[in-house]
Amino acid sequence: MTEILYAVAVAPFKDMVGSPAFLGEVLIGGIFAGLMYSLVALGFVLIFKASGVFNFAQGVMVLFAALTLVGLLERGVPVVAALVLTTVVMVALAFAIERVVLRPLVNQEHIILFMATIGLNFFLEGFGEMVWGANVKKLDIGLPDKSFMVAGMQVNQLELSAAVTAAVLVAVLAVFFQRTRIGRALRAVADDHEAALSIGIPLKTIWIVVWSVAGLVAIVAGIMWGAKSGVQFSLSLIALKSLPVLILGGFTSIPGAIVGGLIIGVGEKLGEVYWGPLVGGAIENWFAYVVALVFLLFRPQGLFGEKIIERV
Amino acid sequence: MIYREAGQFKTTYGADQAIFPIVQDRVIVALAVLAAFLVPPLVANEYWLQAVLIPFLIYALAAIGLNLLTGYAGQLSLGTGGFMAVGAYAAFKLTTAFPQVNIIAVFLLSGLIAAGVGLLFGIPSLRIKGFYLAVATLAAQFFLIWLFNKVPWFVNYASSGTITAPNRTVLGVIVTGPNATAPMRYLVALALVAAGALVAKNLVRGRIGRSWMAIRDRDIAAEIIGVRPLKTKLLAFSISSFYCGVAGAELVFLFLGSAETAAFDINQSFLVLFMVIIGGLGSILGSFLGAAFIVLTPIFLTNVPHAVGLSLPVALMKQIELMVFGGLILFFLIVEPHGLARLWQIGKEKLRLWPFPH
Repeated sequence: MTEILYAVAVAPFKDMVGSPAFLGEVLIGGIFAGLMYSLVALGFVLIFKASGVFNFAQGVMVLFAALTLVGLLERGVPVVAALVLTTVVMVALAFAIERVVLRPLVNQEHIILFMATIGLNFFLEGFGEMVWGANVKKLDIGLPDKSFMVAGMQVNQLELSAAVTAAVLVAVLAVFFQRTRIGRALRAVADDHEAALSIGIPLKTIWIVVWSVAGLVAIVAGIMWGAKSGVQFSLSLIALKSLPVLILGGFTSIPGAIVGGLIIGVGEKLGEVYWGPLVGGAIENWFAYVVALVFLLFRPQGLFGEKIIERV
Repeated sequence: MIYREAGQFKTTYGADQAIFPIVQDRVIVALAVLAAFLVPPLVANEYWLQAVLIPFLIYALAAIGLNLLTGYAGQLSLGTGGFMAVGAYAAFKLTTAFPQVNIIAVFLLSGLIAAGVGLLFGIPSLRIKGFYLAVATLAAQFFLIWLFNKVPWFVNYASSGTITAPNRTVLGVIVTGPNATAPMRYLVALALVAAGALVAKNLVRGRIGRSWMAIRDRDIAAEIIGVRPLKTKLLAFSISSFYCGVAGAELVFLFLGSAETAAFDINQSFLVLFMVIIGGLGSILGSFLGAAFIVLTPIFLTNVPHAVGLSLPVALMKQIELMVFGGLILFFLIVEPHGLARLWQIGKEKLRLWPFPH
């Protein structure tokens, strides 16, 4: 009994203190992994904030964006042109989704919209693979992918660029939301659909904008994930990995998505490296969920979510 | 004309509150159940029983379970696959440890074990609501599957990591395992789902069902009028998991024959959720309709190109199938967000007036 207690509560910490460089490496790995999750979680937050739709198809949108980009590159389109074209495709997708899916389902219950996005998920998955093929592809748009040493710790350039991208993206989104006219309209819609409508904010336009922005975020996430692990079907499963990030940070908070991503990324890596071997490894599939669950028990709205006020 | 309750007077409260107060309904349901027990075992061939009817019945049972939780008690759960896995592995452990116990009893016991696990994972629902809860239930899904993968005790240390249904008999007839005939397995599945549906229908009509619906519609108001959220939600989780557990056990013992944890992955959870939503939230009939739709659509999609003489590459077929499946789900949600059960209800209203609409 004491042995088990020792192995769970003492030994991992001893290991951590014992080799700080390794701990640092684990932490950095966790931070980068977390930022990658955040990139996907951001897309969720944007759409949830503005339309109350829990967009399960975000993961597939990432896959779809990456597939489109790779497909264009393979056909000899220059990188910049391919990026522009992919953006156009994602915006077109936003228009189509608004027209075909969202508009007929206005005022339906959240769960119905949620299911609709799962339907969308299936559709896009089949569509993307039909158009661009289902085999694993390498996405290479010239991102540096070498490792170098900082203070005895390995740092990967690709992960570093992911971190920078995430930071830039959040800054841009923050400015967009706080300073621009559309951003203010978006916040108004997020606050209260009906009040926003009554002062003349066009809901349809706002939805298209939000889904387009989520599409752009999906492109960025697609590039990062695609460069890291190749463009393949399993890319759509990262949606599942970013869900704990989402509930931890709160469905409605952009900073929450980032901080949640960092906590999950670091927690997951620490758990896997130091406690994983005790229970036979491969715990990263559920560990993040359990971390998020424990957090939720204390703060049901997530770390940065809007406080849930309930009235009868 | 055919379907009209005119002249059917109720003289007692009991008669007024019967499950099927209208004579036509009683006759139709009785005939349907009778037909379900008699016709397919005699008429249907092995393919129809094995590929269509047995999975339909099993999924219908799982859908009823999830519908009790999501449709009636309003707690969105994505852990169905995990709870089904609990039922399947519990049944396997029980029947290999106690081979002499009747397999039906084993199914019910493993349902009880699944109920216990469901109760455990339902505890967060007291603090967490809505989509936060849905994501939290994913923890159950991933954790349980990981557990069954990692601990060899659950598969009796089989190196393949699979659980296999052994031959078991009920009243001297083999109903599970490699030697069981399809009609026998069909009958067992049918009997269980019929009993399950009857119990569920009565549950949701009674005090428990009403307290579930109160919690679903406005939980704080329900609490104020004296419905205990703790008891009600946990009861919903455990009864729902009981159904899912039995369905999971059936899935391995009556349908697949042998299975790995992959049979209970997250897609299984989504599949059952689809059935509930396409069929109709908060409707027992809807669970059957949804299960039929989800089980039949892929079979239909696979067979149509063959039927019209098209031969497409397998990968393309798979992709088109996905697209059409997703498209159909969107279509049905847009046309009737309240599910197939609602369409049925509208049809019934129309029938009452037909052919004299005024």
